[in-house]
Amino acid sequence: MKDFKRISVRRMTKRFGDRTAVRDFSLEFGKGEFVTFLGPSGCGKSTALNCITGLIPITSGEIFIDDECIDDSRDKVPPEKREFGMVFQNYALFPHLTVRENVAFGLKLRRLGKAEVERRVGEALKLVHLEGYAAKYPAQMSGGEQQRVAIARCIVLEPRLLLLDEPLSNLDAKLRVELRYELKALHERLKVTTIYVTHDQTEALALSDRIVVLKLGAIQQVGSPSEIFSNPANLFVADFVGYKNAWAARIETMKETAGVLEAGIKVQGHALNVRLPYPEGDRRRAAIVEAFRSGCEVRTAIRPEDIKVGSFPGMNSLRCVASLVEYQGHSSQVSASFAGDGAEADSRARIDLRSAIRVDEGDTVDTAISPDDILVFPDPSSEAAGEGAQGCPT
Amino acid sequence: MRGAGRSGVLFLLAPALVFIVLLFLYPFAYGLFLSLTKADGTFTFGNYIRFFADARDLRTIWTTLSISVPVTFINVGLAVPFSYYMRRGVRGEKVITFFLIVPITLGTVLISEGMLSYMGPNGWLNQLLMALRIVKEPFRFTHNYLGVVISLGLSGFPYAFLMLLGYVSGISPDLEKASQMLGASKIQTFWRVLFPLMVPGIAIAFCLNFVMAFSVFPSAVLLGQPSGPTRVISIAAYQWAFEKFNFNAASSISMLMAAIELVVISIVLVWRGRTYKGASIVGKG
Repeated sequence: MKDFKRISVRRMTKRFGDRTAVRDFSLEFGKGEFVTFLGPSGCGKSTALNCITGLIPITSGEIFIDDECIDDSRDKVPPEKREFGMVFQNYALFPHLTVRENVAFGLKLRRLGKAEVERRVGEALKLVHLEGYAAKYPAQMSGGEQQRVAIARCIVLEPRLLLLDEPLSNLDAKLRVELRYELKALHERLKVTTIYVTHDQTEALALSDRIVVLKLGAIQQVGSPSEIFSNPANLFVADFVGYKNAWAARIETMKETAGVLEAGIKVQGHALNVRLPYPEGDRRRAAIVEAFRSGCEVRTAIRPEDIKVGSFPGMNSLRCVASLVEYQGHSSQVSASFAGDGAEADSRARIDLRSAIRVDEGDTVDTAISPDDILVFPDPSSEAAGEGAQGCPT
Repeated sequence: MRGAGRSGVLFLLAPALVFIVLLFLYPFAYGLFLSLTKADGTFTFGNYIRFFADARDLRTIWTTLSISVPVTFINVGLAVPFSYYMRRGVRGEKVITFFLIVPITLGTVLISEGMLSYMGPNGWLNQLLMALRIVKEPFRFTHNYLGVVISLGLSGFPYAFLMLLGYVSGISPDLEKASQMLGASKIQTFWRVLFPLMVPGIAIAFCLNFVMAFSVFPSAVLLGQPSGPTRVISIAAYQWAFEKFNFNAASSISMLMAAIELVVISIVLVWRGRTYKGASIVGKG
């Protein structure tokens, strides 16, 4: 394996006819890093991955490994020469070859000696706990085992970059968790530079050093799992990592201090205090201040589990009426309307909360939300209208 | 209760069984019976012995194989690269497919008639070749071995191509990507991944094409020299049946045709079994 320090993707763009699948994608990652592309289906994450492998030619942009340009949208190093490894959602094992032959496929192409091929195949199979399976055919194995063979087939070649395209999506829930742990352990051990594509936020949070959230081919946020989870850059990212309760609100009062922004907002006639952890110079802070000045509508984002049932001093209290209760074992998922709103209220004013206390449909529930647990974002329709657009979206 | 249900289900097989018995088993058994009897119905191996003793008839086996085997290799050999190239669809695929299906629907007689005028000594093709000074005098495309080979190619290639196209386009594109990512060039990917996975399709296409070519009759008569170089085995059978009115001899020839076809098919299937080890276990891929 050729050694390297970092891989840089610069302004990579991929267009299919009129449709832009990947837009101005720039990202650097260091050796040994585990980076996840996270987004809903159709967000361009798989296309971005395939562009990096070279399987899909890029429309513009450049890809570098240190100073070596492997793709500048005109000349490119072909995928088979990049020394990257790829794992597919549907495993893509060669059905006519045994497990041993599958894993040895790339080694044989490199014309290594028989003894070395045998030794390295054995090591790779041991690494994925499939020692006894060498003579089996893929169709004789379970999905989880097949995917482990696919992983062994890649890592046996010691790739410079390992790319995994939704590798766990075809597995059932239990196997998915098991294999996720194994992937994590494998990465801890081998430190292979990895790009992982998924639409599952749990996988992304559990595995990654850094997460790249994508929407319509454009990067929304790059950050560590904890940054993405607790400090999403916009409403889209917030929604994707589990924030709900995107209520339309107006900012009534605002107090700007060094590290935080304190605001009083009004939702459906209810006043709520908010403490936003946006430091000075943060784009989100500027956007909120702007929304306050122009009196534009904003949207809240609150995790259902951050809405507590009961009254707590120092927290915002909110009375609501439960309309739908879904029992989920240790807690219940409750959908409620603001007290006094009636059941037919706008869906943008539904309260999603989790309750460990038993709640029945029709119950009036007192809830409490900490000012620190409410995020506020500009209305996404104003973002779509472009930065610095005057006036409020209607 | 359960027994009644089961016999009820088995009863559903009846139409298929009637079909097989009436249209296949009975004619086959009757043919076998005819081939092993004299005209008066007494048992004999004479029909077979006569065939092997008659040098002119015996030669038809070689003649037929020398036409059908190369034709089958050409058809399947061309179908493999064509279907590989078109596996992900190409522009104008519908038009191409249409023109490939037309020869199948027209039948061999119409193809032969068309070839006779188009490729004949005064046909357009020869006029063109002479105008371009590629040949000095008309090249003989018809009434010889070449004519039969061309017509069998025209009618047999579409079958082989369409069958293989189904096979190749059914192979997941991810397998090709995976092979490429593991360091294989396009050629290596073809020989190490796609070709082995195409083997079952190639084997079936080969068998069907061979059987069609081996039982060639109309084009061998119309486009060949039925009295000499293209006197294929089916012509021999025809002559015994409808010129000499000896159905017993004709039946023995048709039984021999079936036997030879079975031998060739067995060889192909053994080849498939050796090349494609995963055959019996692989359901998906």
